[in-house]
Amino acid sequence: MAYDTLIIGAGMSGLAAGIRLAQFDRRVLILERHSLWGGLNSFYKLKGRMFDSGLHALTNFAPRHAAGLPLTRILRQLRIPYEALKLGEQAGSRLIHAGRELRFHNDPRLFFEEFARVFPGEIDGLRRLVADFPGYDAPPGGADCDDSARARLSQYIRDPAAVDCLMLPTCIYGSAREDDVDWDQFTFLFRAIFLEGFSRPEGGIKSLLDLLLARLKAVGGELRTNCGVRRILTRAGSVTGVELDSGEEIPCERVFSSAGHTETLRLLDPRDVPSAAPGRDPAHADQSRAPRLSYFESISVTAEAPAAYGYGDTVTFFNLGERFRYRVPTQDIDSESGVICSPNNFARTTPLAEGMLRLTVLANHAHWTRLAPDEYAAAKQDAADRMLAAATRAVPALSALPPRVLMRDTFTPRTLEHYTGHLGGAVYGAPRKSRDGTSGVGRLSLIGTDQGMLGIIGALLSGITIANHHVLAESLR
Amino acid sequence: MTQDEVIIAIKDIIAQIAPDEDLTNLEMDVRLREQIELDSMDFLDIVMELRKLYGVQVPEKDYMELATLAGCVKYLHPLLEKKPLHCAQGAPIS
Repeated sequence: MAYDTLIIGAGMSGLAAGIRLAQFDRRVLILERHSLWGGLNSFYKLKGRMFDSGLHALTNFAPRHAAGLPLTRILRQLRIPYEALKLGEQAGSRLIHAGRELRFHNDPRLFFEEFARVFPGEIDGLRRLVADFPGYDAPPGGADCDDSARARLSQYIRDPAAVDCLMLPTCIYGSAREDDVDWDQFTFLFRAIFLEGFSRPEGGIKSLLDLLLARLKAVGGELRTNCGVRRILTRAGSVTGVELDSGEEIPCERVFSSAGHTETLRLLDPRDVPSAAPGRDPAHADQSRAPRLSYFESISVTAEAPAAYGYGDTVTFFNLGERFRYRVPTQDIDSESGVICSPNNFARTTPLAEGMLRLTVLANHAHWTRLAPDEYAAAKQDAADRMLAAATRAVPALSALPPRVLMRDTFTPRTLEHYTGHLGGAVYGAPRKSRDGTSGVGRLSLIGTDQGMLGIIGALLSGITIANHHVLAESLR
Repeated sequence: MTQDEVIIAIKDIIAQIAPDEDLTNLEMDVRLREQIELDSMDFLDIVMELRKLYGVQVPEKDYMELATLAGCVKYLHPLLEKKPLHCAQGAPIS
């Protein structure tokens, strides 16, 4: 079997790109290093229970007939029926910043009312800001896409606390950049969180992944798991195939890589690595030393749903300090800010068997990789306890959690690096993105994290968009 | 394929791409994008499906010719005249 396109990584972007290409008769093979597909957004079984590894909530909720929104566009492009996802909408979420609380849910009017209540002098600025967002039809990678969202926001909103309130959820749900978000990503995330909102497939991430895999197979695409790529083979600056960890070589016409920009360039013969693409900032090509944001996360299982002990939010973004700080922590974790969420707090047809509560904060990758094997387990428990204590300051109901916990699992930047392959366990990749998906090497396209559309919906759109632009539309010229 | 069958072929492709849209009362001379929700991504798919199903290559400069159903018939009928109609799922249309 000869392949047109090999795709490195069976995460959301790789699966979406694979479906798009195979749907139009390209011979596609997705190569996944791990035994499960999904990448960051995967699932695992532990002590007889099934867990989602990445999913907090699916952003960008759209009702069934709402065409033109990211969710409905993705489903059309992948030919997946809306009902198949069995989406349940969020119960309601909260933003807690330095003692101020703003509620929001899938009707965006609530968030605007809350913002007007907490920041009466800034609501007009927020409305002007949103009115100035580019439309979804604007082509990706416009001239101002890398602009600082913080700087843009300050042109509309004066109160730094109000700016921080908008930075908190958008940073945590998709910024690879310290103390800031790229402007285009900010507009996408603001819409994704506040204008469209949260839902969750009834069956969790696995049900979405099952739909994607079934669709890939139905259109003739292939997936090989436990199959890492060791090298990308090139001739005269253009891709000719890949070499697997096993030594097997597979020739192809084109490679799509979701491994990350620097991570992908490291798979090339160093002589083929472009020093910097023409006309680009050299920092763009070499992101290997840029600071990378990673996370520490715990999932606690209880017999009853979190609502039973007073936690009814779907998602709570919290920041305890006066200013919101989004930087690589100097310590193991930075529990001043973070996110709390529960899969129980979505509309469902049948309740989940047990309660689950997830806490997430920024973490320092270097700290976690330095730990000796005999220190690691205790360090995780200690960090998880401190994270819960901080979250309890924001949401006092969580004080009732500890005696109820049946089991708690944690992941660190080390876990994230292992399962995503992203340097530093950086779930959002390098700070500088390649929005056009070019790598500087012929017939090697970047998709996923370092292409710059983040989150589950962003990653699916990334795979679709690059497949459309680099292969399908190209084939019509 | 007759001119009427060209319309069936196009509607069948749109039904594949946008299963939630009601295609029963589409006007011939009104732009499709004004009657149903179709964006540039969907338009790429119409052109890709035409090539996949019927081997018809529509160059980018001619996309505007497909803006209305009447335009589709005018542009596509000469290209599809000698080809049999079949629906996007591959099953023959009765």
